[in-house]
Amino acid sequence: MPSSFYLILGAALFAIGVVGIVLNRKNMIVLLMSVELMLLAVNTNFIAFSHMLGDTAGQIFVFFILTVAAAESAIGLAILVVLFRTMDTVDMDKLDNLKG
Amino acid sequence: MDIQSIIYFMFAAVLLASAIAVVTVPNPVHSALFLIVSFFSAAGIWIMLQAEFLGILLILVYVGAVMVLFVFVVMMLNLDIPKKREGFKKTLALAVGLGTLIVVQMGSVIFSRLHRPSVATAATDLSIDGSNTRMIGKVLFTQYALPFELAALILLVALVAAVAITLRNRKESKVQNPSKQAQTRAKDRLSMVNEPADVAARQTISAIPTATSNHTQNTQEL
Repeated sequence: MPSSFYLILGAALFAIGVVGIVLNRKNMIVLLMSVELMLLAVNTNFIAFSHMLGDTAGQIFVFFILTVAAAESAIGLAILVVLFRTMDTVDMDKLDNLKG
Repeated sequence: MDIQSIIYFMFAAVLLASAIAVVTVPNPVHSALFLIVSFFSAAGIWIMLQAEFLGILLILVYVGAVMVLFVFVVMMLNLDIPKKREGFKKTLALAVGLGTLIVVQMGSVIFSRLHRPSVATAATDLSIDGSNTRMIGKVLFTQYALPFELAALILLVALVAAVAITLRNRKESKVQNPSKQAQTRAKDRLSMVNEPADVAARQTISAIPTATSNHTQNTQEL
């Protein structure tokens, strides 16, 4: 099993995450899910390199990324709920109150 | 083609297909469910890379906690899902172009001769006595003890922040204001009346019938 298979898989997964962000610019929930996909791709790459190079640091890093990602999605969803309460929408196009 | 390759391609195919489904299906609930499928497949891939602990952690933390949170939020918000998404085809072309560009870029890095030696390094067994969890524990609690504590702090901050952001007081619900309660002084509530003590007069029997008669009067009114 060549290791580059895993790296290509990670690259493809990351690309799908980017595609998701471009495709679903309106819906904030799917945007958060796309970010999760990209994090998953990054973690897959970390684990693949950890396996290839025989270094434990890669797996430890994935551990911390998982922690931070869990915190990020919890706070992101909390912000989303508050946003929906005040604006009655999660449409990114309608969030132009600052007139930037 | 050995059994490992077959398992790898099975997991990879499910992972990529469900990931594409996450970003293309119109309903966010379906997106969340497809994301759960992709996390499961990714956990399989990770376990194939001898990272059993992280694979199981992914299932427990992501499928068990984060995705449940996602599904709850999606179902809690009353979203209107448009049947026909305008401009989807236009952005699809852009997105597919961008995605192909990223894959080609990363693939060229991965397959370039420049990085071939580092990529092709022989895989070594990292586990201690065949246990990946023991290896991670040994490194995490010695070399990375301080980052571990910081991770715990981050989780605590996230917990408090998530509660503090979403907390709201309904108008009809009765809530206590601890700050106001703590600021209360006795003179706000209590007025002292200067009355001379007359213990003997209160202890006479004549006071009791009037009290009971008052009581019966009250009950009759009720």
